[in-house]
Amino acid sequence: MPMQHIIQVTGLTKQFNNLTAVNNLSFTVNEGDVYGFLGQNGAGKSTTLRMLLTLIAPTAGNIELFGLPLNTHRREIMQQTGAVIEKPDVYKYLTAYENLQLFAKLSGIKPTTQQLMEQLDMVGLNGREHDKVKTFSQGMKQRLGIATALVHNPKLIVLDEPTNGLDPQGIADIRNLILHLSRERKKTIVVSSHLLNEIEQVATRVIIIDKGKKVIEGSAAELFDPSQTVLELDTLNNEAALILLRQSQWAQFLQPRRSGTLILKLNRTVIPQLHTWLVQQGVQVMQVQPRHSLEDLFLQVTSGKQHVEAFTN
Amino acid sequence: MWKLLQIELYKIFKRPRTYIAFGTIASLIMIVQFGLKLDGKEYVDFMLSTIPGFELGGNVLNGYLVCYITLMMLLINVPLLVTIISADMISGEANIGTLRFLLAKPYSRAQLIIAKFLATVIYTFLLLVWLALFALLLNMLLFGVSDMVIFKSSYIVVIKSNDVFWRYLGAFGFAFIAMTTVAAVGFLLSIFAENSIGPIVGTMSIIVFFTVISTLNIPLYSAIKPYLFVTHMNNWKEFFDEKVDLNNSTISGTIQNPQRIINSVLVLLGHTVGLLAVAVFIFKRKDVLS
Repeated sequence: MPMQHIIQVTGLTKQFNNLTAVNNLSFTVNEGDVYGFLGQNGAGKSTTLRMLLTLIAPTAGNIELFGLPLNTHRREIMQQTGAVIEKPDVYKYLTAYENLQLFAKLSGIKPTTQQLMEQLDMVGLNGREHDKVKTFSQGMKQRLGIATALVHNPKLIVLDEPTNGLDPQGIADIRNLILHLSRERKKTIVVSSHLLNEIEQVATRVIIIDKGKKVIEGSAAELFDPSQTVLELDTLNNEAALILLRQSQWAQFLQPRRSGTLILKLNRTVIPQLHTWLVQQGVQVMQVQPRHSLEDLFLQVTSGKQHVEAFTN
Repeated sequence: MWKLLQIELYKIFKRPRTYIAFGTIASLIMIVQFGLKLDGKEYVDFMLSTIPGFELGGNVLNGYLVCYITLMMLLINVPLLVTIISADMISGEANIGTLRFLLAKPYSRAQLIIAKFLATVIYTFLLLVWLALFALLLNMLLFGVSDMVIFKSSYIVVIKSNDVFWRYLGAFGFAFIAMTTVAAVGFLLSIFAENSIGPIVGTMSIIVFFTVISTLNIPLYSAIKPYLFVTHMNNWKEFFDEKVDLNNSTISGTIQNPQRIINSVLVLLGHTVGLLAVAVFIFKRKDVLS
């Protein structure tokens, strides 16, 4: 019978002096999931992932991986786990091949030259395998970091902000690699980011955390459901437009206003009809901004905070 | 553990900075050799002038004496060369981010830190073997072998040629134990930092600080002097002081004060074990935030 839960976290808390970095967090990652860990910088993502890898000791709570308590079965768990936490973790004075060989040995395996070359090929480093890592770009280091995390063929892969500092091509490469690992190699992946669109493109399940607490968790299908699109509507006269909407068939979709902007929650497919209707009613539309409900929620979470602009890019 | 140790040694000897220490030792020794080869007689005459009434014949400036002079000068600097590596063992990994990777592997933190320390000890050992090769064997080849004359502050010691080599083995063994203690200091400080500069400066500061205290003849500090590792670091010289009989003749194959050497070794080993135990204790509980 296949294992259901790869990660089960219950009531996880981490206190640094007076700061509660992670606050009573619970979540479950199932086998085969690409689990998107979403939150702005400082939300507690890295602290949580580090606790999963025993880099940080929890103040309270339980962590189980592969059905085993982490605190008593660390060795067995880590044999099946690969991780890249934040910036690339490789030795700059070694070549890509030497790094991979070293981490294979650390993981207790002895792969053949061909297997190592295949691994480097998978992350697009063929032809550079015997170059010193100090000559690599940030993206290449990141890809090598992922290769070293995969070298022992782990069942679970933890990637903390894997696209940080990468150019658009590098971001696309990492995204494709995650999809390849999930679809072709059937890995369970936990990937964190502060960029919703990055998570949206790869995740099968998503959690948003803010100030160490869970805001929402669910499957990508339901959270990115187009029938739950949130529409921000600005017109030349929002007061008059609101009166018209309240008296129409669109009233059922109206939501509380935000800073004067009209908000409707509706299926994405009816937006053109709404727009046509507004024009027919003589409403001068200034802006129509559709967002799916998760995007809207994430924007509310990060509202007024420094990373809104990063997210909206 | 053996696999971890192999990996740590591989990393140490793949790093270019490791060879700075070996290069420094080789070049310093060659500078001393060059100077003494060209102007050694002047040096010996100067040393003898401080002890009036002595006249020595034969090959005074032989390989054994040159090695002794070299060690007097060099063993003060070797702690810095040892610290360059030991202080980088944890902090260097934290700096480049590989510490996170290492700690997410299926080894305990205690295993990892002990393997790292053993690798540091092996590096220290090889550094001293290198020092011995250049300072002793090369000097024996270049300056020849004869009875060894050591100039103390108010007397001289003459050790028969066939009674010297084992003393050097003992002295290098002692220096290895002393340098391992220095390495342990750097290693412990390395746990608290995210680059090696702080631990290197910290280790050297500790050595300087305690050396000053151990040389101050103030009664208040006399009580703690026997427990300071720096007090014992230079006691390798004890191997080159012989017992004398009733006729004031040296007794071949003896050491003037072997108990002092034993005490020093025990103090140094005690420090090393204690520092490593503290390092393991702290590292096992440390949150890795780098």
